[in-house]
Amino acid sequence: MAFYFVQFLTGLASAASLFLVASGLSIIFGVTRIVNFAHGAFYMLGAYIAFTLTEQFSGAIGFWGGIVFAALIVAALGVLVEMVLLRRIYHAPELFQLLATFGLTLMVEDLVVLIWGPSDLLGRRAPGFWGAVDFFGQNVPTYDLFLIVLGPLVLGILWLLFQRTRWGVLVRAATQDRDMVAALGVNQKWLFTSVFAVGVFLAALGGALQIPRDAVHHAMDLRIIVDVFVVIVIGGLGSIIGAFVAAVLVSELNAFGILVFPKISIILVFLVMAAVLIIRPWGLFGKQEAPARRTPGLTVNPWRPLMLNERLGAMAALVLAAALPLIGGNYALAVGSEIAIFVIFAASLHFMMSVGGLASFGHAAYFGLGAYGVAFLAKMAGLPMIVSLLLGPLLGLLGAGVFGFFSVQLSGVYFAMLTLAFAQIVWSVAFQWVAVTGGDNGILGVWPEQWAASPSHFYWLSIGAAALAVVALRITVFSPFGFALRATRDSPLRGEAIGIDGKRIQWTAFVIAGTVAGVAGALFAYLKGSIFPDSLGISLSVDALVMVLLGGVETVSGVVVGAIVYKMLSIWLVSQTDLSKLVLGGFIVLIVVVLPKGIAGILETIGNRRRPEAPALLASQIDTAE
Amino acid sequence: MRRSRYLLSAGLAIIVAGLAQSAMAADEIKIGEINSYSLLPAFTEPYRKGWQLAVEEINAAGGVNGKKLVVVSKDDGGKPADAQTAANELVSSENVVMLTGTFLSNIGLAVSDFANQKKVFFLAAEPLTDAITWAKGNRYTFRLRPSNYMQAAMLVEQAAKLPAKRWATIAPNYEYGQSAVAIFKKLMSEKRPDIQWVDEQWPPQGKIDAGPVVQAVAAANPEAILNVTFGADLVKLVREGNTRGLFKDRAVVSFLTGEPEYLDPLKEETPEGWIVTGYPWYSIKTPEHDAFLKAYQAKYNDYPRLGSIVGYQTIKSAAAILAKAKSDDPEKLIAAAEGLSVPSPFGEIVFRKIDHQSTLGAYIGKTALKDGKGIMVDTAYKKGSDYLPSDDEVAKLRPKE
Amino acid sequence: MSIAQTLLSVEGLSKSYGGVHAVRGVSFALKAGEILALIGPNGAGKSTCFDMLNGQIVPDSGRINLLGQDTAGKKPRAIWRLGVGRTFQITATFPTMTVRENVQVALVSYGRQLFNLWSSTPKFAQAEAGRLLELVGMSGYADRPCGELAYGDLKRLELAIALANQPKLLLMDEPTAGMAPRERIELMHLTVQIARAQSIGVLFTEHDMDVVFEHADRILVLDRGTLIAEGLPEEVRRNPQVRAVYLGEGLVYDARYREGALA
Repeated sequence: MAFYFVQFLTGLASAASLFLVASGLSIIFGVTRIVNFAHGAFYMLGAYIAFTLTEQFSGAIGFWGGIVFAALIVAALGVLVEMVLLRRIYHAPELFQLLATFGLTLMVEDLVVLIWGPSDLLGRRAPGFWGAVDFFGQNVPTYDLFLIVLGPLVLGILWLLFQRTRWGVLVRAATQDRDMVAALGVNQKWLFTSVFAVGVFLAALGGALQIPRDAVHHAMDLRIIVDVFVVIVIGGLGSIIGAFVAAVLVSELNAFGILVFPKISIILVFLVMAAVLIIRPWGLFGKQEAPARRTPGLTVNPWRPLMLNERLGAMAALVLAAALPLIGGNYALAVGSEIAIFVIFAASLHFMMSVGGLASFGHAAYFGLGAYGVAFLAKMAGLPMIVSLLLGPLLGLLGAGVFGFFSVQLSGVYFAMLTLAFAQIVWSVAFQWVAVTGGDNGILGVWPEQWAASPSHFYWLSIGAAALAVVALRITVFSPFGFALRATRDSPLRGEAIGIDGKRIQWTAFVIAGTVAGVAGALFAYLKGSIFPDSLGISLSVDALVMVLLGGVETVSGVVVGAIVYKMLSIWLVSQTDLSKLVLGGFIVLIVVVLPKGIAGILETIGNRRRPEAPALLASQIDTAE
Repeated sequence: MRRSRYLLSAGLAIIVAGLAQSAMAADEIKIGEINSYSLLPAFTEPYRKGWQLAVEEINAAGGVNGKKLVVVSKDDGGKPADAQTAANELVSSENVVMLTGTFLSNIGLAVSDFANQKKVFFLAAEPLTDAITWAKGNRYTFRLRPSNYMQAAMLVEQAAKLPAKRWATIAPNYEYGQSAVAIFKKLMSEKRPDIQWVDEQWPPQGKIDAGPVVQAVAAANPEAILNVTFGADLVKLVREGNTRGLFKDRAVVSFLTGEPEYLDPLKEETPEGWIVTGYPWYSIKTPEHDAFLKAYQAKYNDYPRLGSIVGYQTIKSAAAILAKAKSDDPEKLIAAAEGLSVPSPFGEIVFRKIDHQSTLGAYIGKTALKDGKGIMVDTAYKKGSDYLPSDDEVAKLRPKE
Repeated sequence: MSIAQTLLSVEGLSKSYGGVHAVRGVSFALKAGEILALIGPNGAGKSTCFDMLNGQIVPDSGRINLLGQDTAGKKPRAIWRLGVGRTFQITATFPTMTVRENVQVALVSYGRQLFNLWSSTPKFAQAEAGRLLELVGMSGYADRPCGELAYGDLKRLELAIALANQPKLLLMDEPTAGMAPRERIELMHLTVQIARAQSIGVLFTEHDMDVVFEHADRILVLDRGTLIAEGLPEEVRRNPQVRAVYLGEGLVYDARYREGALA
C-alpha cells in the first residue's frame, strides 16, 4: 500500500513541472491563439541558464535566486521574440505563427550547443533537498515533496492573478473573446506581450526546476513539447485548472502505467488523449471554441483553373525537369527523386490543409504507413514492385480511414492534436513492436526491381508520379467535391444548410490525402531501399507543414514550390554544415516575416497587382462569424 | 497559379545541383564519412577529433600509397533516410572509395544496406547492433566497435560471479535495449540456471520518467539490476536511484556506463561499484595507448572519450585496408580487409573474415568516485575475439551470400 | 389561399433548457405562397423555435410536419433536401469563392454531385446559376470574389443560394438585419415577389416591425416561449396582449414613420 502511495506522490512530483510548462502554453494560446512551438525551447533555455547561474553562485540564495533569475532572463527573451517577431505576424494566416516558432526552436537547438557545448550537463541539487524521507520503508525524495507543494501553489497564484487583478480579468476576457477586448480599447499589444512573458516565464521556471533531477541537454525541448501539447489538449486549451488536472493525469498514467503495461507506457498517454478528444472534443475543462474567424482580406482572389498558356508552361517545366538525367549525375537524380516524392507528400497535406482547412500535425503517419505497406508486401509477401507500389498505399488509406473518421469530428487545434496523437501511436507501435516492424532498425532491402533500379528510371518514375498526383489533386480541387470541401471549410453552417454533410466530405478528403501520402511513402521506401519508424515521426509531419506554409497556404499549387525549396535547402544544408538547424530555422523565421503569404503566395500577389483593389472588406469580416 | 514559373525554377535548381560535382584530384584518395553530428554532438565531437587526428598522422607519414588521404564528412541529422542521401552524395558526387562512420544502429544498417545495393565498401564505426554483422550482414560491410553481443558477453562473465539470484532489468524500449536485455538474459541463464528475473522496466528511449521506474524496480526487491539506459536517461535514473536508495546493497551491471561520454556527466553522483564496460583512458598503461593519448592531448588539449578511439581507429583501419588493397575496387578492398590485422591504441585487432567484425575489445571494471568525478577502477581489457560465438554459430547467424 | 397546400404544420413544439421553457407548446401552420412572420421581444423563443424548424436544435416534444414528413430531430441538410431554403441573420456564404461559384456549390449539392471528383465545377450548371443570380439582381457581380461584396449584396446572394434547390419553403432568420432601410425594403420586395411567383412559402423572424407589417400575410407572436397571438397584421396590431408585450417598443405601424426613415 505504501508503495502505491509513494508511486502516486512520484507522479505528482512529475506533474508539477509539466504543469508549469503546460499552463504557460495554455495561457499564451488562450489569449493570442498562437500554438507556441518554441515553448519547449524556452523550457530548455530556462534549464541551461539556470545551470550556468547555479554553478556560478553557490548556496541556497545562489541556487534559488539562480532558478528565478534564469526564468526572468528567459521571459525577457520571450518579450523580445514577441515584439520583434510575433507582433509582425499576428495577422498572418492561422498556423503561420507555429511556423515561426518552429523556426526559432530549430535555431535554439543549435545555439545551446554552440554556447554550452555538446555534453550533457548535470546541474546542482537543490540546497536542503538532497535526500529522501522514509515513508513506511519507501523513500520519497524531499525535492519531490517540494515540487508536489509547488504545483498547487503556482496554480493558486495564477488563480489569484486571474481572478483578483485587472490584468487577469483582461486575460480571461481575451481568452473568451479576443475581439471584444480590442473593442474595449485595451492596448492589445501590451496585453499580448505581457501574456507571452508570463507564459515563457512559467516554461523557463519549469525547465530551471528540472536541473536537480534531469540532465541539461540540447534535446530537452522536443522531449517536453509533445507531452505539453498532450496535457493542454486533454485539459482543454486555455484552462489553467485543466492543465493542472491533465498534468496530474498524464504523470500518474506514466507512474502506474509502467507497473501494468511496462512496454507500452508511451502509447498509453496518447491513447488517453485520443479517447478524451473523442468523448470530450474540447478537452476535460475546455469550452467549445467560437469558430475561428478568418482574417479578412487575405483571399480576395478566388482560385481558378490554369489558363491554356499556364498549362503549356507547366508542361514545359515538366519536360525540362524530365531532361535532368541528360546532365545530372546519380546524386542529382536521387535528390531529384526525393524532392519529387516530397512534392507528392506535401501536396497531399496541402489538399487537406488549404482546401479542407484541416491542418494535420500527424500527416507523416500515412506517408509511413504507405512505406511500411510496401515493405511488408515486398519483403514478407514477396510481391513484385509494381504490385507493392500500387497496394502499399492502401495501408495509408486504411489508417486515414480509421483515424480520419475520429479526427474530422474535431476542428482547429484539437483536430491537429488528435492527428498528432494518432501519428504518435502509429510511430510508437512501429518503434517498439520490434518483432513485426524491426523496430528502430527498420526493414531493409526494399530495393526497386531492375526496370526502375537505375537512378534515371527511378527519377522519371518519381516525377511522373508527382506530376500525376499534383494534377489529380488540382482536378479534385476544382471538382464538385473540391468545392464542397472548400464550402465546408469556409462556412460549415452554410454548407450544412445546402445539404452538404461536412464531416463525410472532410473524412473523404482525409482519406484521399492519406492515400496520396501513402503513395509518396511507397516511393520513398523504394528510393531508400529501407524503411524506419522516423518516416512516421513528428519531424516529418512538421516538415510537411512547413512546406505547405512556405509555398503559401492560400494558393492552389504553391505547395509544389514550398516542397522543392524546403527539401532542396534542407538537403543542401545538412550536406554543407553541422549547423543546418540554425540556418534553416533562421531562413524560416525570415520567410515568415518577409513573405507571410508564402513564396508562391507572394508571386501571386505580384501577378495580381494589376487588378483593381477590393472595395469592401467589411463583408468577409461579418461573413463567417456565426 | 504561376506554376509554370515554379517548375521552371525548380528544374533549373536541380540541374545546378547536378552540375556541382567536384572533380577528384589524382593525388588524393577520398574516404566518405557520415555521422550524427548535429543530433548527438556529445558523442560525435570526440569522435570527429579522433578521426581528424588519424588523418593528420597518416598524411604526415606520407599518406596512403603515396596519395594524400582526404576524409569528406557529412552530417546525417540522426535520420536513416538523410544518411542515405549523404552516402549517395559521397559515392556519386564526391567519388569516395569507401564509406565509414555512423553511430546509431538504424543508420548503420541503412548505410550498410545502401552499400550492399550499390556495391560500395562500408566500414561501420560505432553502431552496436548485432544485425549489422550477423542477421543483416553483407559482404560490403565491416564493423569496428565491439557489438552488443560482445559487450553483453563481457558483462555476463562478471555478473555470473555475483551471488545475486533475483535480477531486474531496466532498458530503453527499442531495438537496442530489447536485444541487449535478450542477449544478457540468454547468456546469463546459460551460466546461471538458478537465477530469476523478477522485474523488467522498459522506459521509452530518451523519455524516462525515472522516479516511478526506480520505485517500481525497488518494489520488486531484486538483488541485482541490469541497466541498459544511457545518456540523459541514465543521468535521471542515477539521480532518482541515488536519492531513493535503489542502488544501496544491490549489484548493478550496466552497459557502456564506463565510457567517458556517459560517465562524466554523472559527476559527483556517480554510483560506486557498478560493473560496467567502458574506456578508462586515465589508467591504461600500454605504449600504444600512451602514444595515442599524448598525441590527442597535444592536439586538442582535452582528454579522449571512447568516440575518439573509435574515430581514430576507424580511419586508421580504413587507411590500412586501402594501403593493402592498392586499389579502389570494392572487391579488392573486401579481400584486403578480410583477416587484416591492424594496430590500435587497444593493441592489435583483426577484421574477421567470417563476419567482418573487428576484434577490438572493451575495458571492463567498476565505477568509483574520485575527486567528485566518476572513474572506472579494477579495469581489465577484454579482447573482442574472446567474446564472440563459435564460427559455426556465426555462420548460421549470417545470411548465405 | 384555402385551396393552397399546407407546407408546414407545427404541433405542440416545446424545448426547455435546464428547467427554463424556451418554447412551450407552439402550434401553427404555413401554406404554399404564404408569407408568415414570427415575431416577439428578445428572449421570446423565436430563435429556438426557428432552429428547431431548420434542424439545428432537437425539440423535446412536439411534431413538425414539413411537406408531409415528420422532421423533428432531422439534420439541417436532410430538411434542405426536402425543399427548404435558408438564410441567416448574419449571412453565411463562402468568402473564398466567386459569387457564381457560391451558387454553383448549392447547385452541385442539389444535383447530388458532391462526391464527384472529376468534373469541373466552374463549368457546372452555369446557366442555372446565371438564372438565379439574374433573379436576385446579381448578374453583374457573378465573377466577383464573394469576400468583396457589400453586405446588402451578400443578402441577395444568400437568397440566390437559398433558391438553388427550388425550395417550396424559405426559412429566413431576420432577413433584413444589419441593412440600410432602403436595402431592407428592396430585399423584402424581391423576396415576396419571388415567393408569390413560384408559390413558395416564407417563414421569417424579424425585429423591424415596418418590414413585418408591410410584407407578412400573417403574423405569429411569441412571448416567453408561448404563442400569444396569431392572425392578420391588422388583428395582431389591435391585440391588447401583444400591445402589452410590446409596450414602448413602437408596435404602431405608421406609414409616415416609414417614409420618415427613408428620407
